[in-house]
Amino acid sequence: MREETLSPQTRLLPLLVLLAALGLWAALSLLRFFPESLFPSPLSVARGFLEEVRSGRLFNDVIASLFRVTTGFLLAVALGTPLGLWLGHQARARAALLPAINFFRNLSPLAWIPFAILWFGIGDVPAIFLIFMAAFFPIVLATMAAYSSIPSVYFRVAENYGYGSRALLLEVTLPAIMPQVITSLRVTAGLAWLVVVAAEMIAGRDGLGFAIWDARNGLRMDLLVVGMIVIGIIGVVIDRLLVQLTRIPSVRWGYER
Amino acid sequence: MTRGLSLENVSLSFGAVEVLRDLSLEIGAGEFVAVVGPSGCGKTTLLNLFSGFVKPTAGRVRCEGQMRMVYQHDGLFPWRTVAENISMGLRNITDDAERARQLKEMLALIGLAGFGEHYPHQLSGGMRQRVELARALAGETDVLLLDEPFSALDYLTRLRLRRELSRLLRERPRTVVLVTHDTEEAAQLADRVVVLSDRPARIRRELTLDLERPRDATNSQVVEAVHRILTELGLEHDTENVLV
Repeated sequence: MREETLSPQTRLLPLLVLLAALGLWAALSLLRFFPESLFPSPLSVARGFLEEVRSGRLFNDVIASLFRVTTGFLLAVALGTPLGLWLGHQARARAALLPAINFFRNLSPLAWIPFAILWFGIGDVPAIFLIFMAAFFPIVLATMAAYSSIPSVYFRVAENYGYGSRALLLEVTLPAIMPQVITSLRVTAGLAWLVVVAAEMIAGRDGLGFAIWDARNGLRMDLLVVGMIVIGIIGVVIDRLLVQLTRIPSVRWGYER
Repeated sequence: MTRGLSLENVSLSFGAVEVLRDLSLEIGAGEFVAVVGPSGCGKTTLLNLFSGFVKPTAGRVRCEGQMRMVYQHDGLFPWRTVAENISMGLRNITDDAERARQLKEMLALIGLAGFGEHYPHQLSGGMRQRVELARALAGETDVLLLDEPFSALDYLTRLRLRRELSRLLRERPRTVVLVTHDTEEAAQLADRVVVLSDRPARIRRELTLDLERPRDATNSQVVEAVHRILTELGLEHDTENVLV
């Protein structure tokens, strides 16, 4: 996470790579290794993009996917963080629950897809459920690990200065785990974004994942690529937004040691 | 003297390990006592007994007044600025204006007036220890427990901070218990140096230094005291006869 000062030329390098990739793509499609219907050209993808924007479908799909990810992810944070804290604090509860949590953490959330459809049907709820299953367990484990790595000296200092249990939680425990929790949020938000696409492919009537599946069924490979590009870009934007959290002054210490 | 600290026939064991055996120590109000001894002999345990963090197996610990501990390093909360850390010592003051005034005074006292908005990780080790001292000295406390507070610093910074501590204590007198393995630090700062034996710790010797602070590290009485402490620890030979 070290901040390095890059020269303006170096900052242009990603743009150069992007242009080179576009050029390679265009060249490959001109060489016709595959028919146009299986290997869409940049131009047809651009036309497909405009078509999707004009019809309003792309906007609807983006909103649907973002809504599901946000809801499922926030639910996982709201329930996972307190549980992680509690497990970090209570050795007995940790001993009892950790094996189960590790089990679910290592179970691909996609394995839940059949149940998600059977229980919740098609639409928002199964996708939210799957995203929750993907994000909840890693958040619990990361919060627990962050709690147990708080140096005990902080608690003794807090006692010295007369902190009550409420102040201990709000002014010591939470700020002490914040840097590690933010890092885990970045990882799990990425995970949630991966899962929403898969969930919508099977259990959706809209959303970016469904758009990809629909494009495949309609043999519109240009629209499929539009979906892929939009998914990738939004994933990067989500991560960039969460990186902003690491710039909060009171958490900088966690990234600079 | 009622507001001091004392251990009366205190013994302490952690499981099978006997740490202290029948130890008695009386510390008067306003006195500066340094505790030195071989490493692992239970010096820090002594502070933990005073702070109530550890309970004795036998005997009595008497400890009156508000007490604060200063640690070797990293006792500051890294998510709080220098000003916010020092303000922890002023939590009991309800009047905002008064708290702000005292905070400003503390910052000036440790020579970090412009550093209130800095975070600990942006400061040098010596500056951080000064902030620790300021936090512990802020507000109304009676007893300061120092657990090798300067041991993580380089020698020159250590010398500078000893002066600083002497000056701060002149402004804000406290009862101080300093645990250190630095015999020079003990001799330069304390009114009384308590030399502990190997575990289980007993008091091998007490040395009284009736000398104004701040003292120079090369002051002949300080040097003499260091020699006597080291002799007591078996690290120097008693050369008094040779010198005389």
